Amino acid sequence: MRKSNFLFHLYMVLFLIYMILPLVVMGGAAFNDSRFPSIYPWVGWTDRWFIELWKDTRMWVAFRNTILVALAVVAISIPIGTAAAILINSIAGSTRTVLYSLMVAPILTPGAVIGISTLLFWNTLNVPAGLHLSVLGQVSFIAAFVMLLVLARLQSFDRGLEEAALDLGASHAQVLRRILLPHLYPAIGAGAAIGFFQSIENFNVTLFTRGTYDTLTVYVFSKVRTGITPTINALALILIAVTLFCAIAYEVRRRAVARRG
Amino acid sequence: MSDLLNRYGGLLTAIFILLTAFWLLMLVILPNIYLFENSFRPYLPVNEMGGPKDVYSLNNYLTFFKSPIHMNVFVWTIIYSSLVTLICFIIAYPLAYYMSKIAPDRIIPTLFLLLFVPLWVSEVLRSFAWFIILALKGPLNSTLLGLGIIEAPVRWIMGFRGVVIGLVYTYVLFMLFPIYNAIQSLDTNQIEAAEDLGSPWWRTHLRVILPHSKPGIASGAVMVFMLSAGSILVPTLLASTTSRWFTEIIQQWMFESQDWNTGSAYAFLLLILCTVFVSVVMRVFRVKLSDIAK
Repeated sequence: MRKSNFLFHLYMVLFLIYMILPLVVMGGAAFNDSRFPSIYPWVGWTDRWFIELWKDTRMWVAFRNTILVALAVVAISIPIGTAAAILINSIAGSTRTVLYSLMVAPILTPGAVIGISTLLFWNTLNVPAGLHLSVLGQVSFIAAFVMLLVLARLQSFDRGLEEAALDLGASHAQVLRRILLPHLYPAIGAGAAIGFFQSIENFNVTLFTRGTYDTLTVYVFSKVRTGITPTINALALILIAVTLFCAIAYEVRRRAVARRG
Repeated sequence: MSDLLNRYGGLLTAIFILLTAFWLLMLVILPNIYLFENSFRPYLPVNEMGGPKDVYSLNNYLTFFKSPIHMNVFVWTIIYSSLVTLICFIIAYPLAYYMSKIAPDRIIPTLFLLLFVPLWVSEVLRSFAWFIILALKGPLNSTLLGLGIIEAPVRWIMGFRGVVIGLVYTYVLFMLFPIYNAIQSLDTNQIEAAEDLGSPWWRTHLRVILPHSKPGIASGAVMVFMLSAGSILVPTLLASTTSRWFTEIIQQWMFESQDWNTGSAYAFLLLILCTVFVSVVMRVFRVKLSDIAK
């Protein structure tokens, strides 16, 4: 048993290297003073790719668009996903099965299909392509993630609390705001975080619905296709650093909570 | 439903229903119906829309079935997406087992932290990383040359090789996490009981652990297959001249030909493919949709 455990440890380590090394290579190339992004041959240290990136106005526009879209997606997905979870939790039988299938279907639909169908439908209503359509297309599946998270959290909710509050004279709005929502906050928070990240890295839905606007993923994609320079690596390194920072911050906070609890 | 009314009153219940209805009708059902409807209509200039030529026909689908190239690409997309799904399972299953049953509890949060970073880095950057690594004069070839393992640089991005490498790297975590969750819920006593009764390790896996992780495998397989078949970034960045992906043809119709009708017919074919895959997996693994989407 010992020996096979050692092999398992080794396999896990190799897998982690496999997952992380490509990101290191990509980030490292941001500092290489070579016109084509690579770490070999190493030409010399430079920070000029970061400076070029900083001066690229198209990147800044794309960055702003990405953040705006992500915020809008979260703002719309959270109420929709939460409402849908509360609704489906209160019904049973075949209606529930049908509704549930409809709600999770967008998660299992390829992004290209969501993007094209959103574009066609709103176009018939005379809404032209643009970032607003990207928001709607992304909401259709990100709301499903929120719904699933909130629904899971609802399973551990003691409904007696609501009845007690109602018996004691609380209004319906108070029951929702003071009893149910506080119980759901962890799930809603997780949903907001996942939704925000999903929106930022979304490409397939955005590609078909964006019209002529850029988001960061579309910007990177078009750069990679037409003349790559290591500015993309500089951007990648910054994004990875931000991700790492968020992940560590989350972990530190989780450990602090675990110690206290 | 009356339960909702009792708890939250008429106004809030109405808001819940309206929000859900907006989502399901305006963002899910109607767009897909329009996709379906448009796929049967001809591509016409604006002034002829609604005119005598604007009639329903199967022409857009016939375009597909009359084009050996497009059907070929469709079939290869299915074959290579299945291959990617299989490779991801082979890589992920031992890891999922290790993480849930062997690894000491204290390292699990750190493991997750390390795995979340590549998961949250966007797909375009993950395929870009492999674009650099697999380049003819890239780090992989120079390392292998330096170690004396190969004598001449290998053209990695050839045929579907680059695409498969990129897709496996990008989506393997979508296989790992569901299987991990499934094995996690297996009582370790069952494994020990099997071992105490003299079951060799492979039979314990075959009879105890694998059956228990079925919902996780189903979920992972559906996600990896759907994401692979629907991927646009990886095939564009890592494809060679001989490997075309079905999404690239959809893109051609939508952007180069500006023919949204044929484009929607092709997109609908992709949707059917994924729906069929989900139903086959549900049938084979005998799981419900609620087991897959978690």
